[in-house]
Amino acid sequence: MKASAFAYARPTSVINALELLAAYGDRAKVLSGGQSLMPAMNLRLISPEFIVDIGELTELRGIVVKGDVLIIGALTRHVDILKSLEIATHAPLLRDATSHVAHPAIRNRGTLGGSLAHADPASELPACMLALGATIIVFGPGGERRIRAEEFFTGIYETALSPQELLVAVELPLARKNSAHFFHEFARRHGDYAIVGLAAQSIVVAGQFADLRLGFFAVGDRPLLTGVAGKLVNVPVTPEALAKASAVLGEELHPQEDQQATPAMRRHLAKVLLSRCVSTLLFRPDLQSGIPA
Amino acid sequence: MTPVAISLEVNGERVEAQVLPRLNLADFLREHLKLTGTHVGCEHGVCGACTVRVNGEIVRSCLILAVQAQEKSVETIEGLSDSGEISDLQGAFRDRNALQCGFCTPGMLMAAQDLLKQTPEPDREQIREHLSGNYCRCTGYQAIIDAVATTARLRAGRAP
Amino acid sequence: MTRTPENSNGLSVLDRPNSYIGKTVPRPNLDRLMQGRGLYVSDIELPRMAHVVFLRSPHAHARINGIDVSAAKRMSGVIAFVTGQELAAVITPWVGVLSHLKGLKSAPQSAIAIDRVCWQGEAVAAVVATSRAAAEDAAEHVSVAYEELDAVTDMRTALDPATSVIHPLLGDNLAFERNHDAGAVDDAFAASDEVVEAEFIFGRHTGVTLEPRSVVADWNAAEARLTIYQGTQAPHMVQNIAALHLGLQESQVRVVCKDVGGSFGIKVHIYADEMATYALSKLLRRPVKFVADRVESFNTDIHARDHRCKGKIGVKRDGTITAFEIDDLTGIGPYSMYPRTSAIEANQVVNLVGGPYMTLNYRARARVVFQNKNVMCQYRAVGHPIACSVTEGLVDLAAMKIAMDPVEIRRRNLIADDAYPCASPSGLRFEQLSHHAALAKLIKMMDYDALRAEQTALRARNIHRGIGIASFIEVTNPSAAFYGVGGAKISSQDGVAVRLDAQGAVICQTSITEQGQGSESLTAQIVGSVLGVSMDRVRVILGDTDNTPYGGGTWASRGAGIGGEAALQAAKVLRRNILDVAAAILQSTSGELDIVDNSVVNAGDGASRIELNELARIVYFRPDTLPPGIQPELMATRHFVPRGYPFAFTNGVQASWLEVDTDTGFVKLLKHWVVEDCGTIINPQLVDEQIRGGVVQGLGAALFERCVYDERGQLTNANMADYLVPMSGEMPDIDVGHVVSPTLESELGAKGAGEAGTAGAAAAVTNAVNDALSPFGTIITEIPLTPQIILTALGRI
Repeated sequence: MKASAFAYARPTSVINALELLAAYGDRAKVLSGGQSLMPAMNLRLISPEFIVDIGELTELRGIVVKGDVLIIGALTRHVDILKSLEIATHAPLLRDATSHVAHPAIRNRGTLGGSLAHADPASELPACMLALGATIIVFGPGGERRIRAEEFFTGIYETALSPQELLVAVELPLARKNSAHFFHEFARRHGDYAIVGLAAQSIVVAGQFADLRLGFFAVGDRPLLTGVAGKLVNVPVTPEALAKASAVLGEELHPQEDQQATPAMRRHLAKVLLSRCVSTLLFRPDLQSGIPA
Repeated sequence: MTPVAISLEVNGERVEAQVLPRLNLADFLREHLKLTGTHVGCEHGVCGACTVRVNGEIVRSCLILAVQAQEKSVETIEGLSDSGEISDLQGAFRDRNALQCGFCTPGMLMAAQDLLKQTPEPDREQIREHLSGNYCRCTGYQAIIDAVATTARLRAGRAP
Repeated sequence: MTRTPENSNGLSVLDRPNSYIGKTVPRPNLDRLMQGRGLYVSDIELPRMAHVVFLRSPHAHARINGIDVSAAKRMSGVIAFVTGQELAAVITPWVGVLSHLKGLKSAPQSAIAIDRVCWQGEAVAAVVATSRAAAEDAAEHVSVAYEELDAVTDMRTALDPATSVIHPLLGDNLAFERNHDAGAVDDAFAASDEVVEAEFIFGRHTGVTLEPRSVVADWNAAEARLTIYQGTQAPHMVQNIAALHLGLQESQVRVVCKDVGGSFGIKVHIYADEMATYALSKLLRRPVKFVADRVESFNTDIHARDHRCKGKIGVKRDGTITAFEIDDLTGIGPYSMYPRTSAIEANQVVNLVGGPYMTLNYRARARVVFQNKNVMCQYRAVGHPIACSVTEGLVDLAAMKIAMDPVEIRRRNLIADDAYPCASPSGLRFEQLSHHAALAKLIKMMDYDALRAEQTALRARNIHRGIGIASFIEVTNPSAAFYGVGGAKISSQDGVAVRLDAQGAVICQTSITEQGQGSESLTAQIVGSVLGVSMDRVRVILGDTDNTPYGGGTWASRGAGIGGEAALQAAKVLRRNILDVAAAILQSTSGELDIVDNSVVNAGDGASRIELNELARIVYFRPDTLPPGIQPELMATRHFVPRGYPFAFTNGVQASWLEVDTDTGFVKLLKHWVVEDCGTIINPQLVDEQIRGGVVQGLGAALFERCVYDERGQLTNANMADYLVPMSGEMPDIDVGHVVSPTLESELGAKGAGEAGTAGAAAAVTNAVNDALSPFGTIITEIPLTPQIILTALGRI
């Protein structure tokens, strides 16, 4: 399949990019890594009139620690995240998650900003933003907006971004003392989209969670920071407590039905992920199979 | 639609061309430059047949517009072959019959060389993982893994 | 037929000095492919070449009430729009039936649909333009008025009176039915201690060749000749059919196959869109290129293996299998494929169930029904995976019922290795198989007892691993019994022409074809060995109807056995001819001479007498120096066709070792083994690699692959992200071993090996999963074994 024809512009600055987006609005698509946009265009699932290629906006690259936040530019590629010492130190969850994104050739082009703006509910990085308590930095006609991750993802391929806006960076709080993270997804093959996945960030002190953020993905129309995490914080996590939390999780999730799995299957796998996560983070092998037979 | 002027390096040669923005890099290489060693298998970035190197990194050329390759250095299988960079890997592929129909082979060699440059002594698991985005229907992969592992050992100065 | 000693040493052609036969040598001419310098059809460009895109029906079944191209006509790059009606003036329709499949019926199919489309993806118009992109742009502006009709999308109800009949003139949706009844099945079941039944369900598959189907058709009006560049496995068949339907003589059609990016049977069939491409070239008087894109490939490459098979087995407490019975239902597309028919797969299932086993009581019914889905036809190991999964699944069920080890029940029932020749209850004649030797070798290779012990130990820790065994027989080297007897112009013989060139090198032209399995190599190895010439001096030409002998091509695992024998015989003749000339030159006799290492030598002491390049120089340029009367002939052609057995059956056995995560339903394939008997092995590495590749296709079937149609006949996963093919990360290493039982049908003794891997892999995996889950009492007889299916069977969801 060959992409439909389009007009093409490669802005040389963020201001320039915003001018183009202001002019074209939803007739334009932003091209960053292209690893999600191009397949859709090649399949003629979408046929934008204008492509705004932000690939040369070097000001949107870079990973830097500023005070107590880690700032990652939107054009930071997946491969850059994998190789980054700052990420390994301050947000290792992101590194683990990114290693599950597709394959090396895709990771050399795909960007964090692109992935977040694309908002595929089965993708890894939006859930990480929830687990890490990220703030999404957006520029638009009204200037800068700072959007909490929890408010950013609004549906299947839908975000809080308006067509005139550009995602420019994310800010993550630096990992605190006693931080521990967990990432796992169930996918049929290496690099496939997850059937269900979990990005978790926690603080563990004396065998208990002092903080726990559970970002599930591929469980509905958007990643979900589940409330059940609260049930496991500052309490002894017994098998019974975990079983109860598992049931709560089942209620919280409203998974979709598709070729890969039924809602019941997704709920089940989410519960498996929950117990494997808790068991791993607390070093409690006895909690491994927390699901009732 | 107006063509856009691009200037890039392909296999070490300066190339100037006028292309429509919609043209992807795979089609540009194949149709404009007649470098047909880069193959098209799916056009949605899943099969790996179109893998080339841009600025030294492997990418899916079906997911890059030719205009995005402006001022970049593109290397295809023809270039890597002519420079001799992968002649040992190709020798191992030949000896082990790590190719049958050959359609996945350019992309597979690109991905394998990419791995060996980053991880000089990968184990079989690592080889399988790095190549997990390159589809082969003929070999069942084992011979490919063997050939890459053999090359790694030879490059490390060990016995194959 | 016995092997004739060729020289005074009493050695056969297979034992010649420096023989390549049985040696792992690298295939010649791989550099081209590894450097990206191959020539696949999509690489071909011809002057004035146009590109065709087919407008395809979005509906599974609809009347075409009108096609409006007025908006599209004005678009840039457009050369022509052609409808089915217009193309019918150039190319005639066809019907995919063969007379030996009694009762098989099908409706005429046109190159482009006329009046009615019968599956989602069927072409309704051709858009020809200066580029694929321009043609796609124009296609978007063509509007077709469809009137949707009821679609038949469930094979289980296709024959119900309430279901609409796709082709009213045919009366019903039954394409073919075959019944077979051998022995005394009812008595056998009555006399059994246990009778087990199960329904086996198989996912619909497709080949997913990495290179999509591609054709460049070049009608040269001035020469009145059509050249077809196509990656077909059977160029002479394409030549015949293109000529027939375009109103040409075969001599006006040339089919050229250079490099082919995978076929596995996908590219051995006649496709409507390819026929349309030939016709468009003739109509437009210029070359036309068609390259299917990946979505089109999923929607129009033949599908296969869409079966629901009820199976029944009877067994005695001592392990004796008393009878097999099956009732197989398969749902094809709206047309039986041309010319090989879509009944062969079901026919094979009937033929092959129970094949490895002694029991003579066998009853089978197979029904093939039309559906409004993509067409279905032969894909690697046609019918074997179904037959093997059903048979081996039933055998394991029987073993479970009588608490017998699955290896032991096979030992007690596999046909004895010394029982040959014999016949199966379905009428298959076996020359010589080696089920027991193969099983014994497999058990040793995998260290079966150690794996059982490991399984037991891990079960105690709630880790569930399983062993699955699958015995199989495989059809290879088919005679005319496969297609020819039914009226198909598909050759079951092949030919090789060999000649010495003026520099003493050898040029072979063979009618078998290459898609990567090693046809070129096996030909060169055989010719080099028989002639005494080093392989680097042997050039093989294949895939060109103008420049090779007439033959069948490569399919049904026939290349080595049939094409190889033709190469052997042709080389023998050339060798004799060379020695006759040499004897004349050297004033010796041909019996005292031999050819070794590119030289004519004394047979006795091996001393070199004259080099081949010198002999060639004399023959071609200085025949005046030869003794009077000699007419040297340095070229020889021989054809070969199997005459004794309709098929050369091979046998093998596979084993899978895997782990099932009972919390998630995910299966991890740990290891796989195959022991296989294909007779004489020409190149061990190539045979093993064919088996490995075939196994992985079977593993894909077992765990991943399924064409998912919805109830409206829409293929919902027509892309490579949603149709899951096996990738390197999930596949195990595969150990391969061999037993060798040469066929006496040929001097070479080679049977085929290309499909053995695919025949038994899914059966082995399914049996292993059930073995792993036996503590839970689950039996799953459906593939692909997705996590969803496993968890459901376990009652976890």
